Amino acid sequence: MTPEMLLNLSIVILLIPILDFAFLIFFGKKLGRASGFIGTSVLGIDLILALIVAFVRLTQYPNETMQQYKFDWINLGNTSVTLGIGIDNLTAIMLIVVTLISFLVHLFSMEYMREDSRFSRFYAYLGLFTFSMLGIVIANNFLNMFIFWELVGVSSYLLIGFWYEKDSAANAGKKAFIVNRIGDLGFLIGLMIIYSTYGTFIFEDVFGKIHAGILPFNSGFWLTLMGILVFGGAIGKSAQFPLHVWLPDAMEGPTPVSALIHAATMVAAGVYLTARVYPMFTADALLFIAYIGALTAFIAATIAITQVDFKRVLAYSTVSQLGYMVMGLGVGAFTSGFMHLVTHAWFKALLFLASGSVIHAMHHSMHKAHNHDMDPQDIRNMGGLRKTMPITYITFLFATIAISGIPFTSGFLSKDGILAGTLAFGELSGHWFIPIAGFGAAAITAFYMFRLTIIAFHGKPKTSIAEHTHENNGFITIPLIILAVLSLWFFYSMNPLNPDEGWFHQRTQAPQSAVPASLMWNFMNPEKEINANENINVSNNRLHTISNELNKTGIPAFLVTHTLVSQPKVETEFKETLHHAHVPAMILSLIVAISGIILSFVYYQFKVYDPDSIVNLYPWLYKGSFNKWFFDEIYQATFINGTIGLAKVGAWFDFNVIDGIVNFVAAIGRGLGHITGIFDFHIIDGLVNLSAKISGWLGTALRKPQSGTIQAYLVLTVLGLVVLILLFI
Amino acid sequence: MFTFLGLGPLTWITFLPILGMIIILLIPSGEDDLAKAKSQNLYRWITVGVTFIQLVISIFLVLNFNLKFAGVNDPNSMQFVERANWIYLSGLPLLGNLKIQYFIGIDGISAPMVLLTTIVSFLATFASWNIKKSAKGYFSMYLLLVTGMMGVFVALDFFLFYVFWELMLLPMYFLIGIWGGANKEYAAIKFFLYTLFGSVFMLLVMIALYFAVGSFNMFDMMDFAKYSHSSILYGMGSNWRLIAFAALFVGFAIKVPSVPFHTWLPDAHVEAPTPISVILAGVLLKMGTYGMLRIAWPMFPDAVMYFQNWIAVIGLVSIVYGALCALGQFKFGKRDFKKLIAYSSVSHMGYVVLGMASMTTEGMVGAIFQMFNHGTITAMLFMIVGVIYDRAHTRGLDDFGGLANKMPVYTGIMTIAFFGAIGLPGLSGFVSEAMVFLGTFKTYPIYAMIAGSGIILGASYMLWALQKVFFGKLPERWSGPWDPTHKIYKTDDVNLVEKVALVPLVIIIIYLGINPNAMIGLMSNSVNHLIEFVKLSGQVAHL
Amino acid sequence: MEIGLTHFLIISGILFSLGLFGIATRKNAIMVLMSMELILNSANINFIAFSRFGGFNMEGQIAALFVIILAAAEVAVALAIVLNIYQNYHHVNVDEINKLKG
Repeated sequence: MTPEMLLNLSIVILLIPILDFAFLIFFGKKLGRASGFIGTSVLGIDLILALIVAFVRLTQYPNETMQQYKFDWINLGNTSVTLGIGIDNLTAIMLIVVTLISFLVHLFSMEYMREDSRFSRFYAYLGLFTFSMLGIVIANNFLNMFIFWELVGVSSYLLIGFWYEKDSAANAGKKAFIVNRIGDLGFLIGLMIIYSTYGTFIFEDVFGKIHAGILPFNSGFWLTLMGILVFGGAIGKSAQFPLHVWLPDAMEGPTPVSALIHAATMVAAGVYLTARVYPMFTADALLFIAYIGALTAFIAATIAITQVDFKRVLAYSTVSQLGYMVMGLGVGAFTSGFMHLVTHAWFKALLFLASGSVIHAMHHSMHKAHNHDMDPQDIRNMGGLRKTMPITYITFLFATIAISGIPFTSGFLSKDGILAGTLAFGELSGHWFIPIAGFGAAAITAFYMFRLTIIAFHGKPKTSIAEHTHENNGFITIPLIILAVLSLWFFYSMNPLNPDEGWFHQRTQAPQSAVPASLMWNFMNPEKEINANENINVSNNRLHTISNELNKTGIPAFLVTHTLVSQPKVETEFKETLHHAHVPAMILSLIVAISGIILSFVYYQFKVYDPDSIVNLYPWLYKGSFNKWFFDEIYQATFINGTIGLAKVGAWFDFNVIDGIVNFVAAIGRGLGHITGIFDFHIIDGLVNLSAKISGWLGTALRKPQSGTIQAYLVLTVLGLVVLILLFI
Repeated sequence: MFTFLGLGPLTWITFLPILGMIIILLIPSGEDDLAKAKSQNLYRWITVGVTFIQLVISIFLVLNFNLKFAGVNDPNSMQFVERANWIYLSGLPLLGNLKIQYFIGIDGISAPMVLLTTIVSFLATFASWNIKKSAKGYFSMYLLLVTGMMGVFVALDFFLFYVFWELMLLPMYFLIGIWGGANKEYAAIKFFLYTLFGSVFMLLVMIALYFAVGSFNMFDMMDFAKYSHSSILYGMGSNWRLIAFAALFVGFAIKVPSVPFHTWLPDAHVEAPTPISVILAGVLLKMGTYGMLRIAWPMFPDAVMYFQNWIAVIGLVSIVYGALCALGQFKFGKRDFKKLIAYSSVSHMGYVVLGMASMTTEGMVGAIFQMFNHGTITAMLFMIVGVIYDRAHTRGLDDFGGLANKMPVYTGIMTIAFFGAIGLPGLSGFVSEAMVFLGTFKTYPIYAMIAGSGIILGASYMLWALQKVFFGKLPERWSGPWDPTHKIYKTDDVNLVEKVALVPLVIIIIYLGINPNAMIGLMSNSVNHLIEFVKLSGQVAHL
Repeated sequence: MEIGLTHFLIISGILFSLGLFGIATRKNAIMVLMSMELILNSANINFIAFSRFGGFNMEGQIAALFVIILAAAEVAVALAIVLNIYQNYHHVNVDEINKLKG
């Protein structure tokens, strides 16, 4: 298959779900239940195509750089904004992850959402989400990524708020969108820096120019900031500390949505973004990323211990695991970090779908018992589900083991790699907090996951509702089984303890950093490239012209210069240390995981100690963890109330001051008018009226003698005559 | 040139509404109810017909538009030019010779505005369907308004521009003052006086320019070589020029409206009837920013460069402050739906001003594109408010809830409009906002970053409103059908007339979101030329 | 006592004054007419007195005769008018006969 065919096929893969969306939006109502069938089969086709593309890419072109297709989206006359799509190994793997999980969730929802009144709408939204997520995956530039990034946010908003009659669901959707937007603002500012500096959004062009020594505002600090800002998008979408607060609330959405969006794919988009733009991170940016990841992993794990809502435990576990991935990328364990994205996608989707299966069964049981007050998601109402729902239990156990990092599971392979990376990083850089947080979180993860399993599935049913649950039908169990199988080790590497030689590791090697050597960790710089780098620094200008010339030939400059000056396989100090850290990390992680599991059995299965005794011992610890360390409350008190207060002040100011001034000016005008009105009425008009009045008065006076009576006239005449006579005599 | 009856397309598109108005005035409004209903129908359809022909002409203009011609300060590359002597007097005392021409034409800056005007005025006709009170007066005023707006966008003679500018005021005053809401007189007078206040500044500057160049031709006014040495406006960068620019800018900023000249807008929007709000937000506000681009920028390039930073600050403040005020509506005031959108308009028009101040291709193209997009998106938002207002006779955000189940199609359209206003990729608003950001960052990185907070605030208040109206539970009082008699509203969801008004806008918003080049291609040449011209002459002034 | 011109003139003056008084004060049209007759007759006395004592010949007597004839004609017309007025108004009060007044 030629690269062109590959690209065309991936465009088809991208477009199928959006057509599905449009179709279901317009005709879904009429189709009713059939829309689920249509949506699922369309996604099935998409999955098959994705498998073909991924297979071809990973077998035929395993070592080639990104195959891509570009076009001018906006033409500004003297410049243009170019978009495009591209396929490389990361993309190929992500295509499978997205389409397969989406397909399984479609299948699962056929049963889970069966009785929902907006069934077809649900499938339409799933289609929209799949489209947006695929768009992120096959983007070859920052802007495309941002566009689909936002679209993913919207589909997430729509799906979280799917049951919008509930205020909590509508609120959660809104919260998710706005918190994500905060991260996206960072991403957007990053884009502004990129565009104003490099004039392009295409990944390889940007990296090439960074490699050629062009830095934003000519400063390494801005390059670091640019990386951190772009990573800001990942902080929002991948629910990293301090923007992790939206993800647990997002559990208000239907459970299949939680599995698809808030566990496996969308939240992983941030990690994918970080991996995708990996070459542009400087040492400081990477350190920032690593710390964010470590903090997230640890904080979320500590919260998960005390939660009682089935899905919330899983949500915090997701946050914690995402922290792992980000931490892995931050410390330089690129491959393991990305691999954890993939393995986590399977087993976390499995955990969520299994929880959906439990909730569905609980619902049915409640429905039969005419009980509508109980919370079907509260694990304190469950127990003993092992017997009534065996398939769900077994598959759930598979995933629990995988997430705990026990050998022979996929989770072990990836998690172990990340932990080894943190060890190596700690040793080389001296930032020991990161490995400590990593191993600590690993222990806690094992503990709370088994706590969840034991409370929900083991022991005796705590309510009659739980006692009367039944295993669900094939729509629900088949996806569980498929995902459980995918949680085993052999899909990634034949060696269950070391994935280094597996196909996955071979095809997802860390890309070479593009930032100048002086801004990178020394131990991550290629050992034999130092000379060449110096040359670059010496003759920056010359190289710049060279790369420009090369651009004209259509060959990306970065690739050419790169192949000119460096060796095909880059050896760094970090890689060596990582190699050595592998075995100690494995042993250590096994110890912490198993001790976590044992502890959880001690407390919850055998009840040797009462968990409440610890609560009583450290009540503030329990309260803090149970209340999610008060993040929501703190944000509410500071940012949200602050913004709202500011808005209030703004509105008040606008209404009273600005509009007040306008009205005041108008009032002055009116007042002046009033005064002149009075003057005009009484003085100017008064004079006029006075003269009129005088003449009127005169007239009335003169009118009197004109009585019209001849006799009176006669008298007057005579009198006049007399007067005349008297005068003349 | 394509002419009909000896008149070019721009004359037709401008004066056709006057023709329609005369026809409407000649038709008697009828004595009894039946005759009244009949003539009312006739008025509507005449208005629909006239605006539809305008729309067809404008599409024709855009299709025949030569993308290579830049226009701006070059009369030879203006398109569809028509020119005739209008008022030619000589030997006047004081003035000497008075030369006013009927001079119209379009370039890449005005073409999108002409298209926008026809689209919005055509679709707003359908939003006028429920106007019962004195339909004859309403539709004739409406058509007069359309002529005024169109004239502003095609005029190339400053005097003509001013005439159209004032012509638009009169019908607007009556449309708000007669067909408005409870406090309509206050709003109408406020609108009228405020705008008139701005026009006075414009008039003064216009006269000063006239004495400087001896004609009202805009191109003469842009050509510095034609300025007479005795004029106070002679001498690039002189204080008088800065003052003249500032006066002109204030005159236009009132119309935009930019903070702090914006307070007429919320009142006018709240009181105006739906279609007038649509026109007001969709077209009228753009006249302010269009005036800046057409007149203030090229005539005072030196002053633009001098004030560039302050203009950007005004844009920035408008963005953040407008958004904050919109958000503040939830905590302060009556939670009026229209007021919220009015403040969001202030915020969105801030992007336009910011983009224009950036003086980069991206920013300027983004600004003009944002003018178009804000026109379509906000028009849609106001129509949407009109739909529920017609049914429920209330606009308070607290009065609603759970409409999504009652009106699913309406909710779908509304969601698209809201996300368009938020700037969701795939819809046109995103492209223009992103372009403004990218362009502004090149000139003012810090401003661009601060302006970015506008997108978060925007999302906050828009989603808040969306949730208030559509999600949650339906209040008891709306549980029945809107119109129990089923005479006006047969179904609860949007009816055919409303769909006719809304669906084309949805299509435009989505289409331009996916293929923005369709619109940007129209303007990019002109914009590049304008920037080059302003920067060059502005820099010469500062040497 | 010799009866001279002065006596005639005094009689005539008294008659004239009485007539004038009657015209000015009486409301009845007949009475007004009668007062006018008094004035005319006072004039007649003057004519005759002056013709006898003033050295004139017969001119005075002739003028007096003219006046008597004129008065007869005048009374005939005036009484006809008064009769018509009476038919229309059922009274002959001159103050109330004001229909022609503007």
